[in-house]
Amino acid sequence: MLRALNLEAQKCTGCLQCELACSYENEGVFNPARSRIKVFNFHHEGRFVPYTCTQCEQAWCLHACPVEAIVLNTVTGAKEVIEDICVGCKVCTIACPFGTVNYNQASGKVIKCDLCGGDPWCVKACPTGAISYVDLDNTGLDRMRAWAQQSPAGPASYNTPRALTTPADFSRQNR
Amino acid sequence: MAWTQNVLRVNLSSGETVKEPLNMTWADSYLGQRGLASKYLAEEIDPAVDALSPDNKLIMVTGPLTGTMASTGGRYSVVTKSPLTGAIACSNSGGFIGAEIKMAGWDMIIFEGRADTPVYLYLENEKAELLPADDLWGSSVWETDERLHQKHQDPLIRIACVGRAAEQGNLYAGIINDLHRAAGRSGVGTVMASKNLKALVCRGTLGVGNLKDPLRFLQAVEQGKRVLAENAVTGQGLPQYGTQVLMNVINEMGAMPTRNMQEVQFEGAHNISGEAMHEPRSSDGQPNLTTNAACFGCTIACGRISTVHKGHFTVQNKPQYWGASGGLEYEAAWALGSDTGVDDLDALTYANFLCNEDGFDPISFGSTLAAAMELYEMGVITQQDTDGIELKFGSADALTRATELTARGEGFGKILGLGSRRLCEKYGQPDLSMTVKSQEFPAYDPRGIQGMGLAYATSNRGACHLRGYTVASEVLGIPEKTDPLATDGKAELVKAFQDATAAVDSSGLCVFTTFAWTLDDIAPQLDAACAGGWSTEKLLEVGERIWNLERDFNLKAGLTGKDDTLPKRLLKDAARSGPAKGMVNELDNMLPRYYEIRGWTPQGELTAETRQRLNL
Repeated sequence: MLRALNLEAQKCTGCLQCELACSYENEGVFNPARSRIKVFNFHHEGRFVPYTCTQCEQAWCLHACPVEAIVLNTVTGAKEVIEDICVGCKVCTIACPFGTVNYNQASGKVIKCDLCGGDPWCVKACPTGAISYVDLDNTGLDRMRAWAQQSPAGPASYNTPRALTTPADFSRQNR
Repeated sequence: MAWTQNVLRVNLSSGETVKEPLNMTWADSYLGQRGLASKYLAEEIDPAVDALSPDNKLIMVTGPLTGTMASTGGRYSVVTKSPLTGAIACSNSGGFIGAEIKMAGWDMIIFEGRADTPVYLYLENEKAELLPADDLWGSSVWETDERLHQKHQDPLIRIACVGRAAEQGNLYAGIINDLHRAAGRSGVGTVMASKNLKALVCRGTLGVGNLKDPLRFLQAVEQGKRVLAENAVTGQGLPQYGTQVLMNVINEMGAMPTRNMQEVQFEGAHNISGEAMHEPRSSDGQPNLTTNAACFGCTIACGRISTVHKGHFTVQNKPQYWGASGGLEYEAAWALGSDTGVDDLDALTYANFLCNEDGFDPISFGSTLAAAMELYEMGVITQQDTDGIELKFGSADALTRATELTARGEGFGKILGLGSRRLCEKYGQPDLSMTVKSQEFPAYDPRGIQGMGLAYATSNRGACHLRGYTVASEVLGIPEKTDPLATDGKAELVKAFQDATAAVDSSGLCVFTTFAWTLDDIAPQLDAACAGGWSTEKLLEVGERIWNLERDFNLKAGLTGKDDTLPKRLLKDAARSGPAKGMVNELDNMLPRYYEIRGWTPQGELTAETRQRLNL
């Protein structure tokens, strides 16, 4: 079974533990500037949003690479950069619609999330469960469960009927 | 190791920036951050120097664990001589600037001299340059932050800067980083502005590595994070309610200083509590609290991000305050709220926004305003003195207008910016100033928490809760419960907290971890990261050395044992309600014993034996 990183922004506190873990696992130093996962702080909205590669099935970065330095890891489903082959042309950074492949001046190569070979450090480091590593076919399971719990159907609701809330109310409630 | 071993020395008078090796002998004796910078300061300046003269120095300093994955490892401190107290100042801040300085490859930045015209330091890894800031002078912190981000076209730079309060000579101005985190106390921002230094702009991409034993470090960090997560305070109370978890607790035990410490319980406490921040407002049905937020590397996330209702009288037609920003922490909620008698949550939040926007300490400000309100109600000052403000306890309008004036350093705000002691002396009522060594009290009334009286009286930076937080023991039972109304054993308790805290403040970690951690949890993390054999015993010894170094600095600066006291109100006027009703603080029962166990003379001076024992 393949797994995927599941990012839940409403649980994120912006602590950057994921960036520290990511950079340490990949570079051997604590260095958010070299992290494959990034947390964005939308200060005036009071929101923190973690963001990284979704490991596209038809990965544009992989197809764009002229030297075939980005390859599929069939065990994890990750698209991985083979450093020895990468020539630092950066075409993949242009091809990626989400900006999750980036150039590293220090090495002259590109870096992107490789799912840490199937044991992502960002997941282990996150203190609030905002990053989880879940069944690729069921990334919506937690959200489905949460909505199901709010459903008016079922014996629990006989005494306390409750209307469905809007998605906005829901995310606020679970922040 | 874990230290970068690089010190950046910035001479603002000559414009030179020089890289120096860190003194590793001192690092072994003082660890980092608070301790190490205090050592540098004590060695490099005459403690008797005028704090606002070019001869004073300002040190921004990280700890060995700053920038690492250790939970809360993002702290930095600003160490200088305080213009408010005349004592050594050390203000500690979270946010992200501390880690950024470390990521750029520096343990410490020493600013000396004074620039002829306003400048800011741009620091990008090895590259350090002083750039003109004439166009930024006169701008608020928030405006400065925005303009510097625009100018450098880099969303990832981190900024620490002073606002208009510091420029106008407010004596308790802080240095704000990341828009709403503050090296807030003792006027460290005032010193920065006196040097014509507007901001530090930093971008670090080198990272932090070079740990002694990386594998052991990661294991120790993991263990530490688990302890924090499983503890009721750091795992539940602080994430959910922030430090505001204390508001109702402290009020119920009768230790909530109210209306300039005339009373010890505030009838409006619930309305401004952490619980209230979660409740839907009557105005728009939304809670004041928007989200909680963590500082760099922190797995607790006690920080508050709040929003004021657009229709609230404080922000009507002021869209710049409609967004979310740093919300109330307990100390600010107390000072701006209980101590002024105001229980309008959105008004306090707005006042707190202004403290961040223009960089001044809400504790000292709220307490100073409370003293002014008492003077007003006594008739000592009138609307002629206050620019027409009806300065009554409980008036949200008075709070709001006074905060606005203080932010800009205008009119009566200029006088409020002098602090409570100078304000009360100016109007001939020195006993109304709720200060120790000219610094205003924080939010724990020492009549209801006896040990805090001794902690305040002996604090090396004037009244302060963070120098020896015996509240942990006396109220919360951490690490063990002591009777808050008793004085027995409090000298020992205060000393233990002061020494341990000095070590924590020198590590790069946040003192709030100590709700769950003892030095036994911290030592393994430090020892795995740093050379030097960092055991609990060594940390306690280093903590005691730091405490005595600071004390020694203060004595040389002209302070004496006579300054280790409390305002008459707390020593003579009994608490009027609550569990401590009828009690005063019995400082005299604790102070002689404290001097004795510190190894000081009955006058509070270090003995030769103590100096020798601590290698001072």
